Amino acid sequence: MRTDISRINEHTPYEELTEGLMMFAGGTSKSFKTGEWRTNTPIFHSEKCKQCLLCAPVCPDGCIPVKDSKRSDFDYDHCKGCGICVKACPFNAIEMVPGVEPVINS
Amino acid sequence: MSIKDRMSGNEAVAYAIKQIDPDVMPAFPITPSTEIPQLVSNYIANGQMNTEFIPVESEHSSMSATIGAEAAGARSLTATSSCGLALMWEELLVAASNRMPCVLALVNRTLSGPININCDHSDSMGARDTGWIQIYAENNQEAYDNMLQAFPIAEDEHVHLPVMICQDGFITSHAVQNIILNEDKDVCEFVGEYNPGEFLLNKGNPVAFGPYALSCYSMEAKKAQEKAMEDSKAVIAKVAKDYRERFGRGFTFFEEYRTSDADHIMIIMGSAAGTAKQAVDDLRNQGKKVGVLKLRVFRPFPGQEIANVLQNCKSVAIMDRTESYNGHGGPLSSEVRAALFESKTYPEVVCYTYGLAGRDFTVEDVYEIFEELENVSSNNNISIIQHRYINLRTKEDR
Amino acid sequence: MDKGIEIRWHGRGGQGAKTAALLLADVCFKTGAYVQGFPEYGPERMGAPITAFNRISPDEIRVHSNIYYPDLVVVVDETLLRSVDVTAGLKDDGAIIINTEKDPSAIRPMLKEFKGRVYTLDARDISVKALGKYFPNTPMLSAVVAVTGIMEWPVFIKEMRASYEHKFAKKPEVIDGNMKALELTYETLKEQL
Repeated sequence: MRTDISRINEHTPYEELTEGLMMFAGGTSKSFKTGEWRTNTPIFHSEKCKQCLLCAPVCPDGCIPVKDSKRSDFDYDHCKGCGICVKACPFNAIEMVPGVEPVINS
Repeated sequence: MSIKDRMSGNEAVAYAIKQIDPDVMPAFPITPSTEIPQLVSNYIANGQMNTEFIPVESEHSSMSATIGAEAAGARSLTATSSCGLALMWEELLVAASNRMPCVLALVNRTLSGPININCDHSDSMGARDTGWIQIYAENNQEAYDNMLQAFPIAEDEHVHLPVMICQDGFITSHAVQNIILNEDKDVCEFVGEYNPGEFLLNKGNPVAFGPYALSCYSMEAKKAQEKAMEDSKAVIAKVAKDYRERFGRGFTFFEEYRTSDADHIMIIMGSAAGTAKQAVDDLRNQGKKVGVLKLRVFRPFPGQEIANVLQNCKSVAIMDRTESYNGHGGPLSSEVRAALFESKTYPEVVCYTYGLAGRDFTVEDVYEIFEELENVSSNNNISIIQHRYINLRTKEDR
Repeated sequence: MDKGIEIRWHGRGGQGAKTAALLLADVCFKTGAYVQGFPEYGPERMGAPITAFNRISPDEIRVHSNIYYPDLVVVVDETLLRSVDVTAGLKDDGAIIINTEKDPSAIRPMLKEFKGRVYTLDARDISVKALGKYFPNTPMLSAVVAVTGIMEWPVFIKEMRASYEHKFAKKPEVIDGNMKALELTYETLKEQL
């Protein structure tokens, strides 16, 4: 009964949908790139960062990767640019800039 | 081998559940279905079943837990009545649209108000459009037999829909009558092992149930569900046939009682059908050509099949044990007349509302209805009241 | 039993009239009859008048309504005679059994125009003598069997003993008391039969 759900889209006839719209996959949100929804973009200044990690848990989209107790740069494929991390950072290590690109226009 | 016993309808359903030995039963007590979870709990406490019983805090939760357990891959059921069914409302639709083959033992009781604990069909009839298969019983025997057929229907790959097994509150649920039970091993063989295709606790095969669907998917999903309901007809017929061959009892969509040459036919569901059959025998002894069509399956609705039975009769009484507030009868009346219209079959039709909130329905009531049908079809000039209450006090009676 | 019998019980909530109706169905089932035993449900309150019904028949029972024209009426509590029309619909060739210390002749004037047989039984006296407590349903149940002859008396005794031995497996002392109540009922009613 398993169906390749990547072949299901809004043109699929009712006979070919999965039963009860079951999804046969896990973690499908990863392949859905929400980064393009961004109108403002956070920039990570690693030299100011003390690795206090207050930013990572407040990100609603899990876009601050943490490995070995250290954060690295943003996941711009999924960051929607909400700016919550900026408010959480006590060290001004995150700066919001206008636009979808993580670039500082001087 | 079969076992002769005597049981109430609730005892019969609880016994069927014991024999099915499902994986999970979440339930919350409500009159008149309380005995079902109570008796099942006893069986479990006595070590006669392996079911995981979940005492929950409401019917909203019992149906939610039933759906959750079913999605996890467990054969699951619950029981309720009246307001309990009403509190499950949202979940009933979730169970059906997520295509959960779970089962609900419903003991029919009126819905408020006035608040009352006795039988009518307003609870299940209100839930007729939730996407559940609905099967009704005349007595304890049929409640038992229907319960054993529920999972084989629900779990069939062409169906995957929830099944509601209904019986009349108190009238059959609390009446002790003779019953023939099947041997445990025969029931096991008939019901079979549950092998869910897709389920949550299936390592390495991730699946998500009940995702949000945009408008571009929802209508197609509903149509697929409707198709499954249509397809369930063939499965219900097959399961009924298997059951009949193995145990020697039961009907497919309805019982045709002395209808083949009948001029006047009464369509009725539940315990009152037994009373109607007795009256038909009495009237046949007087030479009257009358019969009863006892409907067993209300969803899916066997409209064409009913119209075929009514093809050659002069008049029909459609008996509703609930009000629909549409001005011309209850849900059964609406469905049957739609079916007659579609098949271009036009007998005289009178719709009766009877037995609301436990109002008694007697053999004499059936005599009176058939007498009225005879008058209607023999006298073209008579003005027909096409929607009438049975046993109602009115000013005119004074 | 060549034709069926229909019985209506009148009692008060808590006296066991419903249980007696179910027990009667039970014991008749064991003799191979078709049975039906059911109460009429209303608000369940101790002391409120309640009704229960039995149909016992050699043929399959399909009717699911209450009983309006009974062959037999059983009144488990004498005080109901004041408030309930116990003989309503009772057939003229039928019978009524009333739990009272009075004689049938003293009771008959309270039964309107009923012309049939009237039996009385002091179930309180029997119950207290046999069981040490007041449980009217055992004497009333055996009175039904004695009056209707619905089954042979020795068969009834045998089936009731088996049923009590099953029901009171952990309280065997209760079995003899109940059996004594059955026998005392028969002895008491014998002269009226």
